Amino acid sequence: MKGPLFNSAVVLAGIYVFLKFILPLFTAPLPASLIFLYLALTFSALMIFYTMSGESLESFMGPVQRFLTGEGQTGVANIARVLVFIVFPLLVGWQTYTKLAPSDDPPPESRTIHPAPPGEFVGLANPYPKNNQTIQEGKGIYASNCSPCHGENFDGKGIAAVGFNPPPANFADSGTIAQLQESYLFWRIKKGGVGLPIEGMPWKSAMPRWENELSDEKIWKVIIGEFDGAHQSPRTWEEEE
Amino acid sequence: MKNHDTLKLQSWLPKVKASSLSGWSVFLAFLLLPAFVWAQDAATLAMQVEYRDVPGIGSRNLIWIVAQQHLLLAGFVLGVPIFAWICEIVGWKTNEPRYDKLAKEFTKLLTSAYATTALFGGILLFLLIGLYPKLMAYLSDIFFPSFIAYSILFLLETATLYLYWYGWDVMQGKKKVFHLFLGFLLNLFALGIMMIPNSWATFQASPVVVTDGTAIERAWAAMQNPTWWPVNIHRFIANIVLGGFICGAYAGVRYLQAVTKEERERYDWMGYVGNFIGVFGMLPLPFAGYWLMREVYQYNQQMGITLMGGFLAWLFILQAMLIGVLFLGANYYFWMGITYRVPGVAESYKKPILAMLIVLMVSLAVWMTPHSLVASLQEARQMGGTHHPLLGVFGVMSAKMTVANLMILVTFISFLMYWRAGKQETAAWAKIAKAVMGALLVIAGLAVIVLGVWGYFVPAIIRINYFSVAQVLIVLFIMVTFTPLTALLMKSAKTTTEMIWGQMPVRAGYTLVSNAVMVILLMSLMGYARSSSRVHWHIYGVMRDTSEYAYSPALGYAAAFMSLNTFVFCMIVAFIFWVATMGDKATQGTEHGQPEDSPVKIPGGVAPAIAGGSPREGQTFVNPVPMNKNEDT
Repeated sequence: MKGPLFNSAVVLAGIYVFLKFILPLFTAPLPASLIFLYLALTFSALMIFYTMSGESLESFMGPVQRFLTGEGQTGVANIARVLVFIVFPLLVGWQTYTKLAPSDDPPPESRTIHPAPPGEFVGLANPYPKNNQTIQEGKGIYASNCSPCHGENFDGKGIAAVGFNPPPANFADSGTIAQLQESYLFWRIKKGGVGLPIEGMPWKSAMPRWENELSDEKIWKVIIGEFDGAHQSPRTWEEEE
Repeated sequence: MKNHDTLKLQSWLPKVKASSLSGWSVFLAFLLLPAFVWAQDAATLAMQVEYRDVPGIGSRNLIWIVAQQHLLLAGFVLGVPIFAWICEIVGWKTNEPRYDKLAKEFTKLLTSAYATTALFGGILLFLLIGLYPKLMAYLSDIFFPSFIAYSILFLLETATLYLYWYGWDVMQGKKKVFHLFLGFLLNLFALGIMMIPNSWATFQASPVVVTDGTAIERAWAAMQNPTWWPVNIHRFIANIVLGGFICGAYAGVRYLQAVTKEERERYDWMGYVGNFIGVFGMLPLPFAGYWLMREVYQYNQQMGITLMGGFLAWLFILQAMLIGVLFLGANYYFWMGITYRVPGVAESYKKPILAMLIVLMVSLAVWMTPHSLVASLQEARQMGGTHHPLLGVFGVMSAKMTVANLMILVTFISFLMYWRAGKQETAAWAKIAKAVMGALLVIAGLAVIVLGVWGYFVPAIIRINYFSVAQVLIVLFIMVTFTPLTALLMKSAKTTTEMIWGQMPVRAGYTLVSNAVMVILLMSLMGYARSSSRVHWHIYGVMRDTSEYAYSPALGYAAAFMSLNTFVFCMIVAFIFWVATMGDKATQGTEHGQPEDSPVKIPGGVAPAIAGGSPREGQTFVNPVPMNKNEDT
């Protein structure tokens, strides 16, 4: 029974079980799109490895070919072959039907995370220096305005966070504000979700338009406070200190 | 006043009537007077036309197709001379006629490809002038001196190409050096021909507008825009890759069509050379791309974000997939080469190949993992957003740079492995050298990973300026030191298993074709991304697109156009190859029928770096592995 075909099936099944059932024991479940991607890559790797030589190609594809052509098959094997020919198209049809049938589920999202800021916000520099005073002022503004959603630990887990989809950004994650310049944050805080550009619509952001509540000075200072609190540094083109 | 004028006219008219021929002429002129006025009005109106449209297909789509075909053909006619020239030099240095023959065969294609490229260039120019007159007027005003330089370079290139091609057989022997010099000039002019239009395109994305100074000063300032040199370098390397892989694809198709043993050997070897040059160019290409994107970000953060974090970001996931397939294809071809061309050694390489395949696949999986995942509402809720808490870290540049470097490193190891297959080092210091190389490889791989992980914990500027650069330098150091070291080792090495050409399975031919298609798709994809990053601007921040096509098309729509462009280009190239080789087929018609098991005279020895050790000139052997033609059926 052992051979390239069996090994491939075991590897594919093993990876599927790991991604689908074992990994979620330690972290959040993976979306189906990612599991499919990783399985497709694994399948490609197996195809490459087992078609490297004539012998391995024969032992990999030979059984499949013989089964499908019915070469030398009698009795149960032949019935199994006929069953495959009947069941396989039905499975494909069922899969197609479930994909196309009307459903109440919203379609998967391919959301753009970082929309491009308008030109007037590009290249702005924070006019306030980073020192103890501005950090404390910034954190104070953050505590009273931002922490209910973005969390007192800057981790996106504020008390109101559960009510939002997508959830508020986790500033402690190195993939969020650490990737951005201060001018970008200034734009996003000042203009909020309604100020997002038309490219890449529709947007999903419940971020308030803070320019109605906070002055520019307070916005710049809250940016200083956020970076310090999240232990991140803004993206710059100049090296600091 | 009016009445007075009328009277004057009335008093003048009888005089006109009195005269004969001249009078009629003046009379006719009067009749045509409104036409002159209308013509003047029409001219004024024509000057005010900003856009014209083409019914059905639309002006933008038409320009998209023609410009893409012109660019791909230009990449081909600029890449192939580099390829041909390198082959010619190798043939000259190693005294191997087959390299010279290969170079000549591809130069022959240039003459017809060159005319087709110029044809598409002319069509593109007419269409641009007709459909985008305002934009072209502005660009002409700025770049006119460069148009003159471009025309002169074009003339020089054409003259040099004719001399290079028609003088090939005459300039042999002592005159070969002069022919090589012509090849150098051909590539030098070609470089200029590529760089000048690059400045027009990059100006549109990152304009430098100077209003003072002479026309030449203004044009020169506009040419030296921030993304000009990164695009020059990136396109130059990409053209080498395109030239190499198209040569490989040509060889692949001819290999699949081959009926005689001689043909199989010839096109197998040609496919190898094409793949080698393609891979050779592909290894530094990601570095050039990284530099270009860095310059884009530095020029304008908004544009950088539009490309890599905004609505065009999904194109970079497609790019990862295409590059991944290309890397896999190139490695697969090397590995099959070890299995089929060096009989008996495959088993000993099985485990290293498996290890390299796993590294490549894991790297590709990381590269293809998007920052924000495609997830249903329920899945997004379970993850706490579209970022996965664990795998979300793969979505940022630190991870992508790391795996890109690892893939380059693995591909380079594949090449080294192929080169050394079937050889036994005899140098006294070989053992130490191999141990040092092995240790360095492990250290380099670990260093790339450590820098990648560390990159998450430092400010972005430190990662971009130091860590990413260090990763690139580590990989380049390995390539630059290992290549001459291996060449030195192979110089005194004993051949234990002779390399056999013409034994590769048919899937090797398809792999070569697939590699070429991937490169063309990649060029179409990233060309679109670069161009689209200007969004609704003809010239970013200077001249706004006010046409009805000032919107960015949906990504699926754009992807369909990229596929269409790739298909059309493949058809054009196939046509060029067909036309150019029509005569060869007629003359080769009688050269059939070498028996399978007869001694095969293998084309001579090779420079170690380019062909991985084949038998020396004149060596013969009996083919030990019969070709199984049914293997892949």
